[in-house]
Amino acid sequence: MTPGGTSGAPGVVVVTGVGRYLGAHVAARLAADPRIERVIGVDPATPNPELADLLSGVERVRLDLDSLGGLLLDLDIDAVVHLALVTAPDPQHGGRAAMKEQNVIGTMQLLAACQRAPRLRKLVVRSSTAAYGVSFRDPAVFTEETEPREVPRGGFGRDILDIEGYVRGFRRRRPDVTATVLRFAPFIGSTADTTLTRYFSQPVVPTVFGRDPRLQFVHFDDALEVLHRSVAEEHPGTYNVAGPGVLSLSQAIRRAGRVAVPVLEPGLAGVAAVARSLGFGRYGLDQVDLFVHGRVVDTTRLEQEYGFTPRSTAAAFDDFIRAHHGGVVVTRDQLATAEQLVLESIRQVRAAVRERS
Amino acid sequence: MSGAEERGEARWNVPLAVPAPGAEPARRNGHRRPTMAAAEPVPASDEPDHATDEPDTSTDEPEIATGEPARARADAAAAGTSPGPAVVDRPGDHWDRRVAKGLAFLRRRLSGDYEVDEFGFDPELTDAVFHPLLRLLYRDWFRTEISGVEHLPDVGAGLVVGNHSGTVALDALVLAAALHDRHPARRYLRLLGADLVFRMPVVSELARKTGGTVACNPDAERLLGNGELVGVFPEGFKGVGKLYADRYKLQRFGRGGFVSAALRTGTPIVPVAIVGGEEIYPMLADIKPLARLLKLPYFPVTPTFPWLGPLGMVPLPSKWLIEFCPPIPTAHLRDSADDPLVVFNLADQVRETIQQTLHKLLERRPDPFGP
Repeated sequence: MTPGGTSGAPGVVVVTGVGRYLGAHVAARLAADPRIERVIGVDPATPNPELADLLSGVERVRLDLDSLGGLLLDLDIDAVVHLALVTAPDPQHGGRAAMKEQNVIGTMQLLAACQRAPRLRKLVVRSSTAAYGVSFRDPAVFTEETEPREVPRGGFGRDILDIEGYVRGFRRRRPDVTATVLRFAPFIGSTADTTLTRYFSQPVVPTVFGRDPRLQFVHFDDALEVLHRSVAEEHPGTYNVAGPGVLSLSQAIRRAGRVAVPVLEPGLAGVAAVARSLGFGRYGLDQVDLFVHGRVVDTTRLEQEYGFTPRSTAAAFDDFIRAHHGGVVVTRDQLATAEQLVLESIRQVRAAVRERS
Repeated sequence: MSGAEERGEARWNVPLAVPAPGAEPARRNGHRRPTMAAAEPVPASDEPDHATDEPDTSTDEPEIATGEPARARADAAAAGTSPGPAVVDRPGDHWDRRVAKGLAFLRRRLSGDYEVDEFGFDPELTDAVFHPLLRLLYRDWFRTEISGVEHLPDVGAGLVVGNHSGTVALDALVLAAALHDRHPARRYLRLLGADLVFRMPVVSELARKTGGTVACNPDAERLLGNGELVGVFPEGFKGVGKLYADRYKLQRFGRGGFVSAALRTGTPIVPVAIVGGEEIYPMLADIKPLARLLKLPYFPVTPTFPWLGPLGMVPLPSKWLIEFCPPIPTAHLRDSADDPLVVFNLADQVRETIQQTLHKLLERRPDPFGP
């Protein structure tokens, strides 16, 4: 009855949010795994045409999360992977209100449905390192036990805190279900398209004056690997998922060959809001807070439990740079050439001076 | 003529053979200075040769040892003005190498080709920019004398606990730079700072880049667990913001959070007494309403600030003495990190040690602004 019952890999997996980039890739990867019998992708919207090809091996159901309960009961679901989160408000799709509806209410409904599904054995929820909030009294490195000192100002951060709260409640009510919460650092990579990758793709990059936050990224492929292992193996608990190592924002901008433009912090949120309404990027308080405080997490638990170390933040960022060399202002080679030129000319001038004396 | 030609050739050969790859080791070599300093007698005879080479520990050591700082400094000053002729006399590769080193540094910085640790510490920037500036301050302006460096561990964690003073916490920066220069293993002191420091733009980033982080137990234990040398000032703002009348009177040590961090990691505590910090900005009064308005812990009035405006920011050139005391082992108390009695007793022991060492040092320094 349950093919995966012995090996730990579940037979029937439901993936939410397959209309989005991450969901589609995860579903496709799970469908390609022979240990998993059936992958059902759930999304209220039809996926983009470019993602549709990916989803050929996935059964797709166009469904809102509130009507998921029946589906879970009917299909004898073993595992649910919840990826249907919106990270930034999209003005074309209802803005912040719709984002909160999807993130918080959607998760509540999904968890309610999961609670009633008798055969469910596994729940994997995508969370974010935004769960640690931001405060000036924060420790430099967050471990999974660190409690947020202040509720974040940004909408996504608050949603994440709510979502994790609901998952904690679910764990209490269904202790028989293996619940895995993955706190991802921002995704980056050659193909990922997120608020942050768009930010670093601009030739001129705004930063907060007097702040040089420490950033961590996780490579998109490594995030897929961790999600896959969470479904195929048993890893109960909460895990930070980030590339080891740290890049400071200024360093990242320099490595990408971009130019930083510091902006004064007071009023920055307002400027971001104006820019958003004019259609330049979608920076909100989540991004402003990240660029003031930075965020670094400890990944020891992930490495020990999964036996997998994501590629380092610097390596993941390098991969991103290689794919996005379009807007580069200064390249490393240009700097090296300039260095050689200056050295040579100094030597020539000094040689000439010596000749004359 | 031909001689000049030859020298020119030689000059050309060296940099061309080494240009970019040579740049890195050249910088690394900078770290190996202590071996020179360790060979005590050499620097004196060596001095004229290396006059233009940033004379840090090598020229500094005898200056204090011989007790002729004035003369030694005059020499150094003379040496400092002589690079012009030195270049003409010896058209060697020295200046070429310096220029190449500087340019390579600039290139690495501009292309982001450096490492930052998880706390934001940037050793390259600290070595190349911040420590040279602090070196001028502690060596030439404050004439700092340092003793007891042998009490610091060569490897592994250590918790350096000091007295705090001076209205502006220059003592922490001076301690970190001096310790790095004098320690045979060139260790960095990772300072723990108040969250106010990390609230302020620019200042917060300077603190992180020089190895500082927020004073909280998770960070302290993480640094100690990584085997770092951590510097902490348990008096906090009570120490920095005390009036001149209370100078060298240690303030309350708070909850002793630093002791429990040391106990939990089994790290030895090295008390350090710093004399001289109190006189740099003697605080005569504290305008509390203004401090509240500006959300600062205190608003200082010194003989020069705010009367002289920016000129009042120049620290008075007091004479500094820093002494590291013998370490207090804590490894045997590892299980008592949550025992308030053990924590308070140990905190008191550290406090007493620092206070007594302060008195001892003050006797050695009758004139705060002496040579």
